[in-house]
Amino acid sequence: MSELLGHYNYWIVIILMMTGFYTVIARPNLIKKIIGLFIFQTSVFILFISMAKVEGGTAPIIEEGISVYSNPLPHVLILTAIVVSLATTALGLALVIRIRDAYGTINEDDIHVQDEED
Amino acid sequence: MEHLIDIVLLGLLMITGFAIVRLRSLLAVAMLTSIYSLLSASLFVVLDAVDVALTEAAIGAGISTILILATVALTSDEEKVPRHTPLLPLVVVIATGAALIYGTLDMPHYGDPAAPVHRDVASSYLHDTPADIGVQNVVTSVLASYRGYDTLGEVTVIFTAGIGVLALLGYRTRRRNSQGPGNRKLVVLRVVAKLFFPLILLFALYVLFHGDYGPGGGFQAGVIFATGFILYALAFGLGNAQRVIPHQLLRIMAAVGVLIYAAVGIESMLLGGKFLEYRVLADDPVTGQHLGIMLIELGVGITVVAVMLIIYYGFVSRLHSGDM
Repeated sequence: MSELLGHYNYWIVIILMMTGFYTVIARPNLIKKIIGLFIFQTSVFILFISMAKVEGGTAPIIEEGISVYSNPLPHVLILTAIVVSLATTALGLALVIRIRDAYGTINEDDIHVQDEED
Repeated sequence: MEHLIDIVLLGLLMITGFAIVRLRSLLAVAMLTSIYSLLSASLFVVLDAVDVALTEAAIGAGISTILILATVALTSDEEKVPRHTPLLPLVVVIATGAALIYGTLDMPHYGDPAAPVHRDVASSYLHDTPADIGVQNVVTSVLASYRGYDTLGEVTVIFTAGIGVLALLGYRTRRRNSQGPGNRKLVVLRVVAKLFFPLILLFALYVLFHGDYGPGGGFQAGVIFATGFILYALAFGLGNAQRVIPHQLLRIMAAVGVLIYAAVGIESMLLGGKFLEYRVLADDPVTGQHLGIMLIELGVGITVVAVMLIIYYGFVSRLHSGDM
């Protein structure tokens, strides 16, 4: 039971990660691929934040009378990673819009067909 | 109790993830992505990462969703059935997942205080922050002071992304449609937006200047500030939003924020310290740290607001009807 609870967070993270990975490699729609990437990124955030948690700890804001805090370092890494993830998502979506301008479609299969015709 | 909330939230995240993969209507998928982000933000609160939760709620549930919706509006909202069978991807995914789960068996248990991740620098940050920096929020002290170089890099990455979107999508000024979409239909939305707009901006400023004592800081404040303006633009049309903050101003702001950050670093070098060593900025080291952190958080905030709005303007100025 403790084995199950002790690794529950990590296993769900891996399931989410694989859900995102599957969306990226199996779905031909480019917006869906970007959303798959987004799910993947979020699962990595949850992995880091789960590792930072200390049993019985509290948020890392120093206060008198509290001695156990969760680890602040992963929080910092993920905080900036979230903002950067928005930057990459926005760039990806901008590329999708330009691809649609050039090919008239956002379906990967159709784009391949058009490329082969040229 | 905490464990129970953790288990339920992760379960809901998994269900939402599966629903996102299965649905073919991209509008529905965009809304589910927003819910997915909000659920993960709630999970971060349970896991004690309040600063991260604030950022995730504003970015994932707010701005990302609006960008996805704008992209769907600019392209198409129906996903075609894929031509290939999903058998090979499924095998790849299951094999990778199984390998990763096998790998977790060696990991320390969730919440274990003796895990290697809590040793070395992490514990010294917690121990030294009150004496070194004098701020209560350790996340802020690590972000802005101990790992100031990293954060300067992150701000530059965001600046670069803003330039990238500008290069890809360009920018079109909107002359007509300055009234925005159908005046009558949006009365309720406009009244509510007008009420919330000043409160959101005030809250963003609170988050910016309160970052030393509670959850908050430049990244969160910048994103919340931008969300306020996006709400305004959604309710009153892009033309009106551009009259409040013109595009030229945003381009200057994006650069000014990064320059403020770098200038604090150079100023501390001129005063005889190392790059980004805030102690030398004032006579008292702790006051110097406070001053340095405040200035660089301001720089981060300015760049984040500007880049978020540049990205938003870039996407939405391509829509024809001006209805976002």
